[in-house]
Amino acid sequence: MVWKDFLVERRSKETLNSLFFFALLLLFVFQFALGPDRERLAGTLPGLLWLGFMLSGLLGLGRTFVVERENDCWEGLLLAPGDKSAIYVGKLAGNLLLMVVIETVLLVLFGFFFNLDLAGILPALAVVIALGTVALAAVGTLFAAMTAQVRARELLFPVLLLPVQAPVLLATVKATEAVLLGEPLGSVAHWLKLLAAADVVYVAVGVLTFDFVLEA
Amino acid sequence: MVSEPLIRVTGLRKTFGNHRVLDGLDLDVRAGEAVAVLGANGAGKTTLLKVLATLTRPTRGTATVAGHDCAKDPELVRREIGLVAHSPYVYEDLTAAENLTFWATLAGLRPSAAERTGALATVELERAAGERVRTFSAGMKRRLSLARFVLARPRVLLLDEPFTGLDQRAKKWLEEHLASFKAGGGAIVMTSHSFGRELAVADRIAILAGGAIALDTPRGALSAADVHRLYALHAEDAS
Repeated sequence: MVWKDFLVERRSKETLNSLFFFALLLLFVFQFALGPDRERLAGTLPGLLWLGFMLSGLLGLGRTFVVERENDCWEGLLLAPGDKSAIYVGKLAGNLLLMVVIETVLLVLFGFFFNLDLAGILPALAVVIALGTVALAAVGTLFAAMTAQVRARELLFPVLLLPVQAPVLLATVKATEAVLLGEPLGSVAHWLKLLAAADVVYVAVGVLTFDFVLEA
Repeated sequence: MVSEPLIRVTGLRKTFGNHRVLDGLDLDVRAGEAVAVLGANGAGKTTLLKVLATLTRPTRGTATVAGHDCAKDPELVRREIGLVAHSPYVYEDLTAAENLTFWATLAGLRPSAAERTGALATVELERAAGERVRTFSAGMKRRLSLARFVLARPRVLLLDEPFTGLDQRAKKWLEEHLASFKAGGGAIVMTSHSFGRELAVADRIAILAGGAIALDTPRGALSAADVHRLYALHAEDAS
């Protein structure tokens, strides 16, 4: 599934190209909205960074099953004998790959646009981003499947996803804030534990319920 | 000794809201037998195939494939069937070989390169193996769709208007392929709203009208003129 999605994306370049320009536009908007006031920037950067990840994720993850609507391949997936959770795990892996690419681009652009030196805090930041991204992609993949066959999917997808992501967003912003201030990861261990728990729960729910979602 | 039917449909009813599409449909298909289900547009031909393919659940009645209930054991049914629907279930940005590999892997098969090439050769697509499906004609996509079942070897083929959109050469090839599938002990249910090549392949002709099989008769018992007359009598009257 990952291999197939990778090939389709590499050839069509539909999602990555759009997300790259979206990320760029988003940063321009943030830059214009906040101006050069560094004190104001410091307080809002963690939120902006995750807002960028979240909005890009909404666009990217929402398209997870669009390719399966082509030639009714969705029905083909349904008819494939065997455990359907493998399809979920494959789609999740593909989405994680997509999110890693887009988050890396966003992070580099953030450093450039807001004149941040991220080199020293990169390992700690990577831990927070990884934990937050797994939760975002796990729920996003499941909800993308749920809304794939619905007429108002573009509207329904964020409406479903954002409330479930609220605790993850809170934890990631708090942890990122601490990391950007140079604090050790131990100082935000409680937020990291919350994120790890959310990852486990969201992935488990996705694996266990995907069969029902596909059949529904 | 007469074998048990590979497909058995009993008292099948399917409603969508207040609209009753199928109502008390009975049909048996044995191994090595092909049935052409004829019916006007909206008669419920595709719905019948979708029930047999486990894509939709019957409102009432039962449908079994190789002894497995389509509603209760869909996973077991899916191991026995190959569905060629209106859509070919292929990814436009993958090549024919990549499509075949993907669907085979998803079905739990690990075809060797030789097996994959052989399957593509069977559907006469070996020269187009490396080309993107986006460049294929409708007939080529349909043949690629059938190549999946050359690898998977299902016991039952469900075909929704299989000859539609094919050129004469492709039609001839499909006719031969289906005859060979039947000879190997497979059962075929194919739908049509026309009187095309389906009739040449079929052992029985079933006319679907008013949600049920209005006429089920061996093909050899009827001339082409009889089929037209009976179709007009049952199917077109019902619609």
